[in-house]
Amino acid sequence: MTLRLAVVTAGLSQPSSTRLLADQLGAGTRRALEAHGDEVELDIIELRPLAHALADSMLTGFASDELDEALQSVVNADGVIAVTPVFTGSYSGLFKTFFDVVDKDALDGTPVLVAATAGTARHSLVLEHALRPLFAYLKAVVVPTAVFAASEDFGSNADGRLADRVERAAGQFAALLQPVGTRRQKPDRVTIDNPEATTDFADMLAAISR
Amino acid sequence: MQFGIFTVGDVTTDPTTGQTPSQNNRIKAILAIARKAEEIGLDVFATGEHHNPPFVAPANPTVLLSHIAAQTERIILSTSTTLITTNDPVRLAEDYAYLQHLSDGRVDLMMGRGNTGPVYPWFGKDIRDGLPLAIENYALLHRLWREESVDWEGKNRTPLQGFTSTPRPLDGVAPFVWHGSIRSPEIAEQAAYYGDGYFHNHIFWPTSHAAKMIAFYRQRFEHYGHGSADQAIVGLGGQVFMRKNSQDAVREFRPYFDSAPVYGHGPSLEDFTQQTPLTVGSPQQVIERTLSFRDAVGDYQRQLFLMDHAGLPLKTVLEQLDMLGEEVVPVLRKEFAARKPAHVPDGPTHASLVESAHTNHPEVLTP
Repeated sequence: MTLRLAVVTAGLSQPSSTRLLADQLGAGTRRALEAHGDEVELDIIELRPLAHALADSMLTGFASDELDEALQSVVNADGVIAVTPVFTGSYSGLFKTFFDVVDKDALDGTPVLVAATAGTARHSLVLEHALRPLFAYLKAVVVPTAVFAASEDFGSNADGRLADRVERAAGQFAALLQPVGTRRQKPDRVTIDNPEATTDFADMLAAISR
Repeated sequence: MQFGIFTVGDVTTDPTTGQTPSQNNRIKAILAIARKAEEIGLDVFATGEHHNPPFVAPANPTVLLSHIAAQTERIILSTSTTLITTNDPVRLAEDYAYLQHLSDGRVDLMMGRGNTGPVYPWFGKDIRDGLPLAIENYALLHRLWREESVDWEGKNRTPLQGFTSTPRPLDGVAPFVWHGSIRSPEIAEQAAYYGDGYFHNHIFWPTSHAAKMIAFYRQRFEHYGHGSADQAIVGLGGQVFMRKNSQDAVREFRPYFDSAPVYGHGPSLEDFTQQTPLTVGSPQQVIERTLSFRDAVGDYQRQLFLMDHAGLPLKTVLEQLDMLGEEVVPVLRKEFAARKPAHVPDGPTHASLVESAHTNHPEVLTP
């Protein structure tokens, strides 16, 4: 089968080590899934070009076309890879803003692989203290191995090297994406995009008088 | 097609002068705007309901509307919106029926839930119950206007036994009701169930969004047997700023847009006019944009414009209304009328409701 993955990357510079890590995780997941005979479609979502649109949507309540496309990609993905640089001891504001405008029920049951980058490995627990709780709130299924890359990791072959961590995380992520039968059912929250799910009015009346 | 204006009664500093009108000035300005609306031949003046600064829209719109009723002769007085969640439906039934008598039937109203969380607890309610409150309260209001003697038990108010809401609606016909909601299909469903009107504020979000809500309302209106989908009663908001030359309109409106409540400090004027129904330009551009709404939502019955907001001075608002009345609405009336098929109803008036009551329910019209 074909699995659709959204890769959200909040790196700001060009080239970006955050994007580099995101690409490694995407490639690792693709290898793991293709080994199972699955096909993979990766949709890379760079947040930097969406920064203004994100601020606007915070203020207006609706997403511009390009932002809406990115949001739809995440909401409809079978799994999400989310990568942020560490800013001031946590995920970046841009990263948080993006997930602030994702509908709070949209990732319910979705496997999410989290990863972060920083100049030093001293920030590595950001993954456990900031990213994991964020996605726990969103009721996502967070992959047990989260991947942290400090600048030095991109040029090191020491034990526990980055490539191995990427491989392990991607393998676990792929395993979570596999069992189709247990994959989440998206909740039927009514919006104007699925108005047919609206309760018949007679039932609404009956419900309030109960 | 009915054309009108709606105000939210915001007291906003004029960003070009730094002047903030006093509450008294703003309230009196709204009266001048309402009188102007009648003078230029508009069909509807609607006011919001507010309970918190920076707004001076009345806490009970019937107070303002009955005053305007005494100063006008023709214009329909409406609301945008009446809070169906935090008001007692008994008081709504009484007050709006009274206004019907004072205004000789020139009244209808739009139900809204209110999206300001803190307002609910001031009236002993909880915003999380917004939808059930809207459903139950309106179910009672609907009966109070149609039944002489009402027995009622619900979750949100004291039970009633043999209660008669007074005065009875003028000519035995309840004021027409619109239900306003930006994004809750449940409210479109409610409007369709009763065969009431559905109004989309159509200011903050793209027309494509309003079109989805309206398509759903039309489909459900037909489902409930009130007529075909294209006969459902639809209203749209909109906002415009005009000058003879469109560049002048953009230049003059930009500072008001840039710091406007709600969307100010966000998207550029250019992006927002492209993404939402806001039109800033020449009267001809306003005409073309407004006609395009029909392509998105079908033939509709009421178009209300937001004209007095974001700190625009009264003088400017009155100039805008003159342009609307002289150059825009006459053309729109003609163009919309030319496009509307005969089986699509006009906007509801007291006279049209009395007539259809005579046709469909002669028993209702007991003296």
